[in-house]
Order: sequence, then structure tokens, then C-alpha cells
Amino acid sequence: MNYTFNWSVLWTGESGRWLLSGLIVTLELSALAWLLALVLGIVSGAFRTVQFRPLRALATFYVEFFRNVPLLVWMFFWYFAVPPLLPEPIREWMFDHGLEFWAGVLALGVYSGARFSEVLRSGIQSIPKTQMEAAAASGLTTFQAYRYVILPVALRLIIPPGTNESLNLLKNSSVALTISVAELTFQTRQIETYTAKAIEALTAGTVIYLVLCLGLASIMSWIERRTAIPGLITGGGRRR
Amino acid sequence: MISGLDVIWRNLPFLMIQGFLGFGQFVGGTIRLAIPAIVLGFLYVEFFRGVPLVMVIFWMWFVVPIALHRPIPEFWVALTAFVIFEAAYLGEIVRAGVQSVARGQVEAATAVGLSGTQTMLFVVLPQALKNMIPSLVTQFIVLFKDTSLASIIGFMDLTKAAQVVNNREVRPFALYLFIAVVYWVCTYSMSRYARYVEQRLSPA
Repeated sequence: MNYTFNWSVLWTGESGRWLLSGLIVTLELSALAWLLALVLGIVSGAFRTVQFRPLRALATFYVEFFRNVPLLVWMFFWYFAVPPLLPEPIREWMFDHGLEFWAGVLALGVYSGARFSEVLRSGIQSIPKTQMEAAAASGLTTFQAYRYVILPVALRLIIPPGTNESLNLLKNSSVALTISVAELTFQTRQIETYTAKAIEALTAGTVIYLVLCLGLASIMSWIERRTAIPGLITGGGRRR
Repeated sequence: MISGLDVIWRNLPFLMIQGFLGFGQFVGGTIRLAIPAIVLGFLYVEFFRGVPLVMVIFWMWFVVPIALHRPIPEFWVALTAFVIFEAAYLGEIVRAGVQSVARGQVEAATAVGLSGTQTMLFVVLPQALKNMIPSLVTQFIVLFKDTSLASIIGFMDLTKAAQVVNNREVRPFALYLFIAVVYWVCTYSMSRYARYVEQRLSPA
């Protein structure tokens, strides 16, 4: 191996600033996409368990279509294919306001929402049917039953698999580099391009991702213990 | 003209080799149960599950040519990355599968005089494999979708082909929607199959 290491490239020049801004963009992208995915996931996950057929079909279509196509294809779709269909003024505005970032948020959010939806659906289905019957018997509407009875329990039940999916979302945000969002992997590549020190740059990026993922995982396992419903969650504590 | 079908054919051996190599990692997964190897297996699995696949692909892109002292085709770079990355996930599936086999089975095998290797080979693994099949198919679907990431280092897969065609035809909506449907047809039929297998294998 005739590769000479030069670790100082990581703290000299622009590298530190690039990594930091990449980290911030990754976190922003993931946070916004996570919010979008959470909303889409909760709504479509709940829709998939209701009696009303059209809602169920709509949610099923959303989940099965978006979940089964690679995220990369969705990135290209939202970035290259959708904007030309929009009216001129909206398009101009989007190009001025970081189109690639918002396309990335949409792609990641809509894709992950479909995956969250599956997690929530299995959470709802693991709740005994009698809960729903009791809610109906005490005069709650379907919406109220979901809002006050089913969802509060389901959302706590799905914290472990939900954490897993959230970490997947964070890792998947790296795919946004293909539509030139300047996130962490993009900046890692940039350091490599400027310094020609691939291993050092990749090590820095990898360590940051590892710290992020392991850190989030331990925070979530703490939350999981705090919000556990006594008697309902058995064998908890398994992180993933 | 690169037709969609042509590209699928190009992808097919790629996917199949991956499947087989990943299959070889079964052994790696079971190793996680042996005491001295637990730490090693744990580190391997946790490390690769905490890093994005894109990162692993870039690692291989830079490190493999350095290690081998010569440039290698994108195909092999991507393949190496996928095998190393997916093996971590498969290892986790195998571990769960092996641990799902009832303890009494191992005790019974020991009682009739089988050695550790024989117990693993003839008693535990056949049962574990059955439990693993649904997760394995699911993981294969994930891998199938992940192969699209090979295009970021320039490998001409379905996604890259769509990009190339789009550069000439400039009809992004039709093209990207089309390959989305192609991917969807493949993955959805696989997931239907996974569901069918799961229902058939679960004790009624």
C-alpha cells in the first residue's frame, strides 16, 4: 500500500467548516423530513386500519408505491421531474430558495413516511380490538377514539421500531448528495476532492455518522424506558 | 439506445451474485453466537448499521483500488460495498433466527451425543433457516432497492440508464416515473411472495 496518510487535512484549511456545515445540513434535512414523515406516517398508518374502504385504499396505495421504489429514484423524481410541471413563478421562487434542499426533504419525507406508516399500522394492530370497542361504546367518534385511545398507546408501543426507522432516515439523508444537497457525505466528498485524501475525509464523515446514530439510539432507548406502559410492553429495552 | 429490458438483464447477474455472496454470510451470522467472536460480530454489525450505505460505497471506491494497487470496475466496487454492508444486516437476521430456536432443541441434541458443530448443522440451522426466510426476502427487497445507489459511482444500472437517457431526451417526468414503476413491479411482487411464504410457514 503506497498511500501516505495526512490527518492534518481535517483541521487545516476549510475542512472543519465544511464538515460542520455538512453536519448542520444533514440534521436540518433529516429533522424536516422526519416531521413530514411522521405526519404522513401517522395519518396513513391510521387510515390503513379504519373501516372506511376508500381511505384504506388510498393509504395502501401511498405506502406500497412509495416504500417499494428506491429513495434515489424519488430524489431524482422530486428534483428533476416535478419542478418543470409547476407554474413559472413558483418554479422561479423554488430555484431561488434552494430547490435541491426542499426536493430532498420531500423525497426523504414522503419515502420515510411510507415506512413509518407500516410501523404505526403494526403498532395499532397489536392493540387489542376491545380498546376500540370500548371507545365506541363510551360514545367516542372514530376520530376521537384514534386521537385519545388508540394513537397514544400505539405511538408508545412503536418507539423501538420507530427509532430504527428514524435512524434509517438519518442514514438515508446521505442519498441527497446525488441531487447536490450539501450535506455531510457531500462535504466529505468535497474535502476529498480538494485534498485528495480520501481515507481521512471518509473517516471523518463515518465517525460523525456513527456518533449521531449511536447517540440518537441511546437517547431513544432512554425515552423508551421513560414512556413504557407497565404491563403492555414486554421484553422492552431491546434497542433495535 | 439503452432499453429498460436490457438494463434489467444487466442488473440480473449483479443481483444474483450479491444474493449468493450474502448467503455465504450465514456462517458469519452464526459466529456471533460463539463467545470469543461475539465482540467481533457485535462491532461489525453495529458499525455497519450506524453508517449510510452511500458512505460504504465511497469507502470501497477509494480503498479497494488502493489496497489492490490497480483500478477496478465500478461493478466490483459496488458489489463489495453491498456484500459488506448487507452482511451486517443479514448477520442480525441470522442471529435472531438462531436464537429463535427453542433451547430444548440444543439440549436434546447434546443429550443424544451430537457435537457442537453437528448440533448447529443438523438441528439448529435447519429450523433457524425456516424462521429466517421472511426476513431474508424482505432484506433482499431492501438490497434490490439499494442497488440503485451503485449509480452514484457511475455503474450503469437502471437508475443511471434513466439519467443517461434523460440527458438526451429531457423527459424527466416520464422517465423517472417509468423506472419507479419498473422497480415497483419487481419489489412489490417480491414482497407479495414474502407475505405468502410467511403465511405458509407460520404454524396455523
